[in-house]
Amino acid sequence: MDLAAITIIQVINLIASLALLSIGLAVIFGMMRVINLAHGEFLMLGAYAVLVPTQAGVPLWISMFIIAPLFVGIVGVIIERLIIRHLYGRMMDTLLATWGLSLLIVGAMTMIFGNTMEGISTPFGSFTIGSLADSQYKFFTIGITAVVLLVAYIVLKFTRFGLIARATMQNSDQASVLGVSPPAVYTLTFGIGAALAGLAGAILAPISGVLPTMGAAYIAKAFITVIGGGEAILTGTAAASVFFGAINQTTTFFTSSVVGEVALLVAAIILLRLLPQGITGRFFRRGL
Amino acid sequence: MRGLSLNTAGLLAAAIISVLALVVIPQVAPFYILLQITLYFSFAILALSLAFIWGFGGVFSFGQAAFFGLGGYTYAILSINMGSSTVPLIVAIVLPTVFALLLGYLMFYGRLSSVYLAVITLVVTLIFHKFLGHTAGFEYRIGNAHLGGYNGIPAIPPINVPGDVTKFAFPEDMFYIAGVALVIVYFGLRWLLSSHFGRTLIGIRENEERAELLGYDVRLYKMIAFGIAGAIAALGGVMFTNWNSFIDPHVFDLGMSAQIIIWVVVGGLSTLIGPIIGAFALGILALELGTQQTIDVNLILGAILIIVVLFVPEGFVPTIKRMCIWLAESRGWLRSRLDSSDLEEKQGRDG
Amino acid sequence: MADTNFLLETRGLTKRFGGVIAVNDVNFNLIPGELRCLIGPNGAGKSTFFKCLTHQHKPSSGKIFFKDRDITRLHTHQIAHLGIGIKTQVPSVFDGIPVRENIWLAARRYHGRGSANKVTADVIDRVGLGNIRDSMVGRLAHGERQWVEIGMVLTSDPTLLLLDEPTAGMTHEETEKTARLIKEISESASLIVVEHDMQFIKAIANKVTVFHQGSILVEDKVEAVMANPLVRDIYLGKEKD
Repeated sequence: MDLAAITIIQVINLIASLALLSIGLAVIFGMMRVINLAHGEFLMLGAYAVLVPTQAGVPLWISMFIIAPLFVGIVGVIIERLIIRHLYGRMMDTLLATWGLSLLIVGAMTMIFGNTMEGISTPFGSFTIGSLADSQYKFFTIGITAVVLLVAYIVLKFTRFGLIARATMQNSDQASVLGVSPPAVYTLTFGIGAALAGLAGAILAPISGVLPTMGAAYIAKAFITVIGGGEAILTGTAAASVFFGAINQTTTFFTSSVVGEVALLVAAIILLRLLPQGITGRFFRRGL
Repeated sequence: MRGLSLNTAGLLAAAIISVLALVVIPQVAPFYILLQITLYFSFAILALSLAFIWGFGGVFSFGQAAFFGLGGYTYAILSINMGSSTVPLIVAIVLPTVFALLLGYLMFYGRLSSVYLAVITLVVTLIFHKFLGHTAGFEYRIGNAHLGGYNGIPAIPPINVPGDVTKFAFPEDMFYIAGVALVIVYFGLRWLLSSHFGRTLIGIRENEERAELLGYDVRLYKMIAFGIAGAIAALGGVMFTNWNSFIDPHVFDLGMSAQIIIWVVVGGLSTLIGPIIGAFALGILALELGTQQTIDVNLILGAILIIVVLFVPEGFVPTIKRMCIWLAESRGWLRSRLDSSDLEEKQGRDG
Repeated sequence: MADTNFLLETRGLTKRFGGVIAVNDVNFNLIPGELRCLIGPNGAGKSTFFKCLTHQHKPSSGKIFFKDRDITRLHTHQIAHLGIGIKTQVPSVFDGIPVRENIWLAARRYHGRGSANKVTADVIDRVGLGNIRDSMVGRLAHGERQWVEIGMVLTSDPTLLLLDEPTAGMTHEETEKTARLIKEISESASLIVVEHDMQFIKAIANKVTVFHQGSILVEDKVEAVMANPLVRDIYLGKEKD
């Protein structure tokens, strides 16, 4: 019974982490049809944006919730202006350029910080169920993910930006009808996507450790989650996270974490073969 | 009319250069440079596999590293078990080819779009990376070969003369073997691209719908092309493994896939010579950068990729070629074919 | 063959896109050797009807028979193999390669190495593409691209040709040339031609099928169709506005 409870918490935690680290990529892909292969590096920048200020004495929560998203968001806006803007409509070229960007950021950060893992001590203690213990930080991750998804839902559904965003998703001409220039929407979108990645990186940092090459471990998972989810940003990311997260964690539970990861990847291939448009291409079509 | 068409002249030049390179370089180059060039030969073969499937087949594959690594691992495991290299060599190319055909069947008969192809090929590569990385335990052995996890498989026997294990290739012999393999792949692809199959493949790249409406089974063509690309990548992997006498899961990592793509993009997507030059140039660059500590290699590679995509989207070789033709035409060295046909076209309309 | 022996027949052919019914329960038939024109306002379902015949769109329901064989579930390339060629509304050609290579790729599908070159030369001659044979198709004018596409279709000696707006974007002389070409083709093959230009239709066809909102509205001789007030309302009247 205790084991079951802990396992369920672990499954939910994994699903939440998956959704959290994918949502920034999903926003950028869903609205701009840009596959941002530097997403993993945005996460990494977010992690460093927590590490550095914290080491300098800034309270953890300020670096995590303000500095990291703000910093990575600004980086995103600059990158959109300098590179992405010139490649709209050329999906393959944006993919290549953002891959170049990913290498460039890894290289730059390695030069600055060296190729060594640094840690941030995990806040909160642990909790126990019966004889089993686990970190309370898992509840924190789950809670933050829920809040992020909820806020994103409210923004998309009820605000003027959400309306413009949904219009742009369907047809970029519609945005101009609403009196907004698509380039401005794109810049903002890319910035928001980057900021979300920064926040995700900040929250994952205490668990994963901080390293210039840490992004590589996440990009494939985020990529799979977003593509597997399909067109609808929120519903797709949520559904794919549940699907992949459950498969990964259950397989891990019965075998080992490597088999769990391999199972996730195999599941992705099978899913895409059966549902080439992703989960929301077939189900939850009206989702956001 | 000119005596030689550009195509024939290019073919002749390529043949002369390859013979000269294979004969002259070993005479003048010191041993360590010979070894380095041997490595670039295997990389160039790998680059050609992506150049073929992406530049001419229009299929973007993240997965060439997977076939490269699979070829290398297959060769390593079999040659350690069998001693002689002949059968391992054949199986190391056949197995990845069959795997590529199966994967191609799954993707092309499922009509997946290009982004999804990219994801699936990437995922397959990562599966190999993950799996082989965690095979350090003693239970992961095939015959006498330990998979060894991230420590890799050392002491892989070299290629030998078929039937005679005592006559095996020394490192300097590998220069010739890998060099000849590259030349065969290059001219083989040139021949393939001028054949009915290759021309159809280019047609499919240009317009899949039209190819189908003409009665070509696009799925089958793409699947076969994907299989051929897999075979070429596997050959590159076998050469690499021989050069190294060693293989580890790094051949499957993201950095490897990134490198292949950079070679091809920088050299020129719709050419064969471009990716070869790209593999050599960036190989040398990476080597040079590796000797110093100030600038990180990834930083330079990333910057190059961004700059090429933004400013030289065709890659260097096609761009330089176009500039040369333009220069030759403007100086009157070369009669412009396009101009003359445009002229006739206008006359035709007026008349 | 008797008149009841159709070359092409559709029974209850229907194509839905989400909630929109683009082709609605169409029963269409064509006798061998016939040249039929399809007319109807934009969005009447003519192009979708064509794309169902070639299986570029999968029909939602209904059946398609060609030479009494059920081809509803065949793939596009298999249908092409049976002898149905199509020139699509927006020319579907190989833009990045020369005209001659376009035609050759089409010819080589059904001919050996030697005769493919001959067929290519013949078709280039027949369609009148000699002056532009080395030009990249992507650089050609719209009308020329249409001819390239017709040329590609002709290489296979198709039994049935589907031509979707073959004169769109053509000058008066070019349209006349195309009309001559179609007349000539019709001596050896059956054709279905989607057109808007009534003068052109009068010049080439005798029987016309009118599509309206996905269904067949009228099917009759050219003169009768042009005199039909219903047709004038939905189609010809609109053009005069």
